[in-house]
Amino acid sequence: MDVNWTLFTQYVIIGVATGSLIALIALGYTLVYGIIELINFAHGEVFMMGAFFATTMIGISGVTDESSGIAIIGILLLGLVGSMIFSAGLNYGIDRVAYKRLRNAPRLAPLIAAIGISFILQNIGIYWHGSNPFTPPEIIPLEYRSMNVLTEWFGLETRIRVRPFDLFVVGVTIPLLIGLVWFVYRTRIGTAMRATAQDRQAAALMGIDINRTIGVAFLLGGSLAGAAGMVALYYNNSARFQMGFQYGLFAFTAAVLGGIGNLTGAVLGGLLIGLTWSFSDGFMKQYVSGWGAQWTSSVIFAVLVLVMVFRPSGLLGEQTVDKV
Amino acid sequence: MTATTATAGRARDARANDERRIPWGILAFAFAAVYPFIDSALGFNRLGSWLAIMVFVILAMGLNIVVGYAGLLDLGYAAFFIIGAYGAAFLTSPGSPLVRNDLVPGFLQNFWPALAVSWLIAAAFGVLLGAPTLRLRGDYLAIVTLGFGEIVPSVFTNAESVTGGPSGINRIARPPTIPLWGGNEISFGTTDQRNWYWLILLVAVLSVFMITRLYASRLGRAWQAIREDEIAAASMGVNLVQTKLLAFALGASFSGFAGSIYSGYLTVVYPDQFEFSVSVIILAMVILGGLGNIYGVIAGGLLIQGFDRILAEALDTPIQWIGRQLDIAVIENHSVSTDRLLIFGLALVLTMLLRPGGLFPDRRRRAELVADDESEMDAANEQAYDVRAEQEPTAGARA
Repeated sequence: MDVNWTLFTQYVIIGVATGSLIALIALGYTLVYGIIELINFAHGEVFMMGAFFATTMIGISGVTDESSGIAIIGILLLGLVGSMIFSAGLNYGIDRVAYKRLRNAPRLAPLIAAIGISFILQNIGIYWHGSNPFTPPEIIPLEYRSMNVLTEWFGLETRIRVRPFDLFVVGVTIPLLIGLVWFVYRTRIGTAMRATAQDRQAAALMGIDINRTIGVAFLLGGSLAGAAGMVALYYNNSARFQMGFQYGLFAFTAAVLGGIGNLTGAVLGGLLIGLTWSFSDGFMKQYVSGWGAQWTSSVIFAVLVLVMVFRPSGLLGEQTVDKV
Repeated sequence: MTATTATAGRARDARANDERRIPWGILAFAFAAVYPFIDSALGFNRLGSWLAIMVFVILAMGLNIVVGYAGLLDLGYAAFFIIGAYGAAFLTSPGSPLVRNDLVPGFLQNFWPALAVSWLIAAAFGVLLGAPTLRLRGDYLAIVTLGFGEIVPSVFTNAESVTGGPSGINRIARPPTIPLWGGNEISFGTTDQRNWYWLILLVAVLSVFMITRLYASRLGRAWQAIREDEIAAASMGVNLVQTKLLAFALGASFSGFAGSIYSGYLTVVYPDQFEFSVSVIILAMVILGGLGNIYGVIAGGLLIQGFDRILAEALDTPIQWIGRQLDIAVIENHSVSTDRLLIFGLALVLTMLLRPGGLFPDRRRRAELVADDESEMDAANEQAYDVRAEQEPTAGARA
């Protein structure tokens, strides 16, 4: 079987771009799970809300694809920061309203509450932008939407296409990842987060404010989801109230695949899921007749089920034993 | 010896419970049984909605076995509904590939045998899903079942050559007409909604009977034991694997035959009937009503489905009327059916925050949910410890 390497590289590029998006969302799951062992089921909807907020914000700004370059770049950055703040606040608020009161309840209680919250947010999404898919305000000039960076900027003779959007996704993701790692490993509150994740009671005895630390985890996770929402909005050029469900589950799969609670694992898992996604969507049908994008979610859920069953600790996670 | 006393005491409790409830149960059943006459006398024409509501109540009772009794959170319960429905479709529809290729023996191509077979198929899938996932902790299990619940409908949608794709399979067999004396008969055609109503009511009542007997049985007590403390249950001699698998299989089987009856009534099955929100709606019914308490679950099912299928529509007119009086366009054009997700979500969140046992909590289940110690594990342990300390002081010491 001949492998079409041009196509292969193309789907690797798409996979890395999608994968970084998924990694941003997966980090939110992992941060929260690492500290309070809650699968924040509503996290995908926080991501969706970020995309919706960016749509509204950019719509209000009145910037169009005919505005000046500075205005466009400015509103993109502003939209990014805005949706990060919005989603961070939303995630924090959800924790305060719903999960905080269930901190000492049985494990399943906050999970069920989280499912409820995700439904509520989806319905708010319907009120906000209707139940049909919509496209974001067009602020990217047409020639940038489909141009090939490799040929136009680097003058390479190649059929592999890298769009400015692909660069945008990776360009937003990498600084955020570096910032997150710096925050978690180099700041005082990051250290407090890691301590709380290790042993909540011992951390509290050392004088760490547990609720504040948990709140910070929700803020961080929310802001990453907001950034991912804004980026996904333009990367996919469409949004819908249900977008959080699919992205959320894929990202959760990524977090589990990498080892939930492990930051590096979430990024690795995100990239792997992104690659799986892009290869199942496009590459596989060259070789498997009848294959297509419609099978992607089945494949990713199958990955989820298999990882859960055979290696619940994930690729980089530690083996955990049910304690008495 | 002490354990026997406790068991006998629990059985006595259960009996006392039953005795107290019987008049209400019979009254409710009598009302449900004569409802078709009331419905047509008052001109409601709501029998079709009630029929669907009862099917969902059966689903909620089945899910209650898994979530309420055994404490295993299953987020993909609708998958078994779809498996039961497609089971009946594959066996009885002349359009199914199995029937077309003469792979189904003639006697199976009828409603009742197909019902029995798809019941078994759903139970088998319950075991199939349960077996590899039982080692997982509660929340992981929830996500795996969710994944399963997503894969099943999507496979039925995508494997078009076998399943008919998004449009599904139609011409599913209905129950044969039952001849009665003097030329009367009970038939199950499209116009015989009353007979369908009574058939499903009968199935629902049988389900209630079966499930309450199960809950009071040795198996039912084993479910409660693993729900309250798995490790303690195992060390008391409960076979975890077998008990959990039976919960999955029995829960799935109720979903399966509800699915095949419903598909027989509709005579058509297609994958879009069973998306994730269906699983969550069934879960909301169980949780709102009261995890573990079958009567609460029935009430929760009637409330949520009643809202979804009857009240939501009925509320539109008054709300739009108010909107016209106040001259607010948003309210005037509002349709309550667009608030569905919000209301189901609120039902879940508010129940968890305000009344974790549900509207009609199960007594024992409530004792678990009100745990308010350092962590659930500690609380559950402590409680188990307290119970055992009274009965058998040595049982508290564990590895």
